[in-house]
Amino acid sequence: MDLIEIRWHGRGGQGVVTASELFAEAAMQDGNYIQAFPEFGPERMGAPIKAFTRICPTPITIHSQVYTPNIVVVLDPTLLGSVDVTQGLGTDGILIVNTPKDAKEIATMLGYAGRLYTLDATKIALETIGRPVANTACAGALVKVSGLVSMDNMMAATKEKFREKLSEKAVLANIETIRKAYEEVSV
Amino acid sequence: MNEKTWKEIPIGGLILDAGNAAEYHTGDWRTERPVHILDKCKHCMFCWICCPDSAVIVKDKKMVGIDYDYCKGCGICKDVCPFDAIEMTIEGTED
Amino acid sequence: MAKPMALSGNFAAAYATKQINPHVVAAYPITPQTLMMEKFSEYVANGEVDTELVCVESEHSAMSACIGAAAAGGRVITSTAANGLALMFEVVYIAASLRLPITMCVMNRALSGPINIHGDHSDSMGTRDSGWIQIFNENAQEVYDTMFQAVRIGEHKDVMLPVMVNFDGFITSHKFERVDTLDDAAVRDYVGTYTPEHSLLDTEDPVTYGPLDLFDYYFEHKRQQVDAMRNALPVAREVLTSYARETGQNEYDIIEAYHLDDADVAIVALSSTAGTAKFVVDRMRAEGKKVGLLKIRLFRPFPVEAVREALAGVKQVAVLDRSDSFGAYGGPVFAEVRNALYDAESRPGIVDYIYGLGGRDINAVDIEGVYNRMLSASGRMAGDVQYLGVRGD
Repeated sequence: MDLIEIRWHGRGGQGVVTASELFAEAAMQDGNYIQAFPEFGPERMGAPIKAFTRICPTPITIHSQVYTPNIVVVLDPTLLGSVDVTQGLGTDGILIVNTPKDAKEIATMLGYAGRLYTLDATKIALETIGRPVANTACAGALVKVSGLVSMDNMMAATKEKFREKLSEKAVLANIETIRKAYEEVSV
Repeated sequence: MNEKTWKEIPIGGLILDAGNAAEYHTGDWRTERPVHILDKCKHCMFCWICCPDSAVIVKDKKMVGIDYDYCKGCGICKDVCPFDAIEMTIEGTED
Repeated sequence: MAKPMALSGNFAAAYATKQINPHVVAAYPITPQTLMMEKFSEYVANGEVDTELVCVESEHSAMSACIGAAAAGGRVITSTAANGLALMFEVVYIAASLRLPITMCVMNRALSGPINIHGDHSDSMGTRDSGWIQIFNENAQEVYDTMFQAVRIGEHKDVMLPVMVNFDGFITSHKFERVDTLDDAAVRDYVGTYTPEHSLLDTEDPVTYGPLDLFDYYFEHKRQQVDAMRNALPVAREVLTSYARETGQNEYDIIEAYHLDDADVAIVALSSTAGTAKFVVDRMRAEGKKVGLLKIRLFRPFPVEAVREALAGVKQVAVLDRSDSFGAYGGPVFAEVRNALYDAESRPGIVDYIYGLGGRDINAVDIEGVYNRMLSASGRMAGDVQYLGVRGD
């Protein structure tokens, strides 16, 4: 495996940066080198933001922003009209979009010819966590679609990351979200 | 004392020996010299309290003279003395 | 046994500080440094360190408190950035001249104005003549390891100087990376205990710090600082090169030559940009292009001979400067490197690129462009100072 670059799209407050970190931390459990960072700038609730994850089995030296991602994950479907989510993404790339619509419809809308997966991550989150936070569901879908991270490592990373910040109940709800998203996204 | 090289002095401008101001005899700054007149002195210690250079010598609770190694000749002792027991003379005119 | 952790540069610095367990930390928050001290204050609140954390009202006070604590014989750590370092400026010099081995992280950030919170090297470069040792770090792993190295270098009896641990604001301070960490006992063994020769609190052997020092001795004390800086070079080299052997961590040195042996052209860069340049070198080497990189880790004292030797066989050099020195001939790194090459047997051509001011991103394409310009130049490129990535050249 060579260097993998992932770009995450969402809005301030939706846990975009957390998702970029969580996936990186899961990948690190396999001994990979990782980077996770936001597009640096003012953090404003609701404003469109980007975050990035890099994964590589050898040390990562590049420190620029990500310009040509292998994978793009869109946490918020309302961004599709206003943000160019496929910028720099080749047709050999992967696009994951949180939306109730099916993949063909999104592919036509974006004019994207590469591999595209959709899932209703918001609905899953409402069922499991009780709030419309799609970040962990999207990360769960990415586990399945990318094959970069094992489910065991994703679970371990989730427990580790949220252990101090969330209640035990909320941690379990997030784990359930990841599992459900993993099952629901069709590859 | 200003002749040591950079290799011979403590680093950082540190002064290693405490209380070394005693080595600096400021008495040679003096242009006027206080003279203690023992006959008039009541040993009230006003001069001892007021001297900025701690140059008034006291022994057994008696004012016995001026320490000319450190007295700068400011004349405060003369000013505060209620009994005119200190007189200022021009430096170099005394015996 | 090294344990991998996902840490930002700030958290790596905080975690290293926790493991060093210094006597005193005094700091004031400023973006992008804040998260390091927030994290460290958690360690203090949780009782995980013995450190006296002094929350002061300004950076000037932060460094003043550090000076007092260090003069009292304490091991002291602080951090700041940009305008915080500028406000601290006066006392930064005093820390060095009092010969107090304070360690300070600087999350390099542009100086105002106009107001900007993002990464460039203007802040640390402004203090390059202050008498501090300066080490620039490529990534969070280097930040972590350098914290321990800094303590060793600064406290060395032949040095006794403060050390600045520089890393790029946001790019390194806020990016999570894999950091292979040491266990606490290994850090304790490595940094040891600090036993200064003199201390303000030693009532058995009282000393005076900071007396008036006029034309009779000031010059001699400055001359001592020159000597300490000269000593710092071999001491830093020894500490850095023995680090891997002592800890099992990565190899370090005062400079890092990357594919320079047979390179025709080379870039000289500091910090995270050197990493991106390595990425480009790998890519261009795969295409058979003879390109190399010189990363300078130790900027003060400047390793003149090491730089000259590293660039000996290169025909053309481009220096990347992430700060400008207005009115000077090129940026600060250019001035140093060009100066070092003056006495070289065969002087390469050398040009300067000022880049990335105020956090403007520099990417692989930008750096590849610099290499390609050098490779395709018809003759020797020299004396040119250009602006890389600015609109309108």
